Amino acid sequence: MFLGRIVEELVRTDGRRILAGLIRLTGDFDAAEDALQEAYARALASWQRDGVPSTPGAWLNTVARRVAIDRMRRPVTAELPEDLEAPPFEFEDPPPIADDRLRLLFTCCHPALAPEAQSALALRTLGGLTTREIARAFVEPEATTAQRLVRAKRKIREAGIPYEVPPRQKLPERIDSVLGVLYLIFNEGHTATDAPSLIRPDLMVEAIRLARLTVALLPESAEALGLLALMLLTDARREARVTPDGDLVPLDDQDRSRWRQDQIAEGTRLLDTAMAMASPGPYQVQAAIAALHSSARSPADTDWIQIAALYRTLMRYVPTPVVELNSVIAFGMATSLPAALDGLARLEARGDLARYHLLPAAKGEILRRLGQRDAAAVAFRAALELATNPAERRHLERRVAEVSSATG
Amino acid sequence: MKYILLIYGDERIWAAMTPAEMEKIYADHRAYGEAMGQAGAFLSSFELKPTSTATSVKFGTGRPRTVDGPFAETKEQLAGYYVIEVPNLEDAIAWAERMPGMVEGTVEVRPLAAGA
Repeated sequence: MFLGRIVEELVRTDGRRILAGLIRLTGDFDAAEDALQEAYARALASWQRDGVPSTPGAWLNTVARRVAIDRMRRPVTAELPEDLEAPPFEFEDPPPIADDRLRLLFTCCHPALAPEAQSALALRTLGGLTTREIARAFVEPEATTAQRLVRAKRKIREAGIPYEVPPRQKLPERIDSVLGVLYLIFNEGHTATDAPSLIRPDLMVEAIRLARLTVALLPESAEALGLLALMLLTDARREARVTPDGDLVPLDDQDRSRWRQDQIAEGTRLLDTAMAMASPGPYQVQAAIAALHSSARSPADTDWIQIAALYRTLMRYVPTPVVELNSVIAFGMATSLPAALDGLARLEARGDLARYHLLPAAKGEILRRLGQRDAAAVAFRAALELATNPAERRHLERRVAEVSSATG
Repeated sequence: MKYILLIYGDERIWAAMTPAEMEKIYADHRAYGEAMGQAGAFLSSFELKPTSTATSVKFGTGRPRTVDGPFAETKEQLAGYYVIEVPNLEDAIAWAERMPGMVEGTVEVRPLAAGA
């Protein structure tokens, strides 16, 4: 059991890194995944017998690469002999794996792949999400996601899409889809669609790491800087946003002394650099919104007028119903709560957010603040019908209980 | 890997060109082919005559049936191709992007099946 946990932890910490290296080695997603699975199985067997090596990640990497190389030589042999000698516990320096994941990111984001396939493949290989989790995140049948992944991997193999960071002159045209995919991975970490906890810190950390590499690759991209700033500013609130039991703490109730000031400072500095380039874009606007929240000493201190103005700007870049919802809420906070209710009613009537739990959740929140308890309870219950993340569900259940009790 | 670069465009535009314009495009294609040859990428290339010269042999209704015209009536017609051998799709796309004489239209990049 103990060993099982070590391997599980290893899958989480080192699995994706090793997988990226294997994909480059084999040039084949499926072969890489198979080799890694085989290495996990061997790790369990060997460590049971001989104990866990001092650097299990390096052990796993070495074994997986051997398996992969061996299978490339003998592609027809399905099973390998059991008596492959255990690798030594000393290892040469790990290969430049960081570059492997950046290469893989660009491969996943190659314009020869359909945009939906790019995102799915990146979430699968770089984010380590299962097909089921990706399907939930995209609100599509699992079979559709599975089909997308199979087709994308086949196209990479058969059309010869390389595992490399594209030449410099190609970077500007490739950067948008790379940033889009990183944003998606980060958001999935920030609010997991289908996971027991609200957040998946490993996804947030990985997205930030890859965003840093992307900024280093193309420092003249203001939007790359903006995205990194947005991630750092958002991630700075991580500790305060979740209780030790994994419950969601809304922004207003967060202990602001627990926000990571170093990350806020770095994010703000990066945003300043980006904005000085005079090449605005949606990530910079979102980072500016996050920066305004971060600089407020208390909820009452929040500069909602500027935030509302920034959301209106964001609507020009990303005219989606979800951004509109945020814009309506910010406008209400800047002016009056009834104004926000009117805006929400308009959105509701249009019906394109009928499946989105945050619309009734926001409505419930405003009604609660206006003291309209019964109506708030109805709205929170409607949100509960739609929410999938357990932490968000528990938060909504608490709200229902709050507005339903103490009716006096 | 081997790729074919299929050149599609509106052939009416090509038909309307002056001899001097045509000569310029042919010269550009010769230089392009030579550059491919020097890079070790060139395998073969041909220009096609316009679709008004095409004949289609259709199957599926008893005996093969010969009819006038191309397989499909589209806005863009196949006008020629290059077959190249390069390390990967990135390089094939780079060659496609340099295709001479393309003011509009499309170059489709397709890998050749194994054995080609």
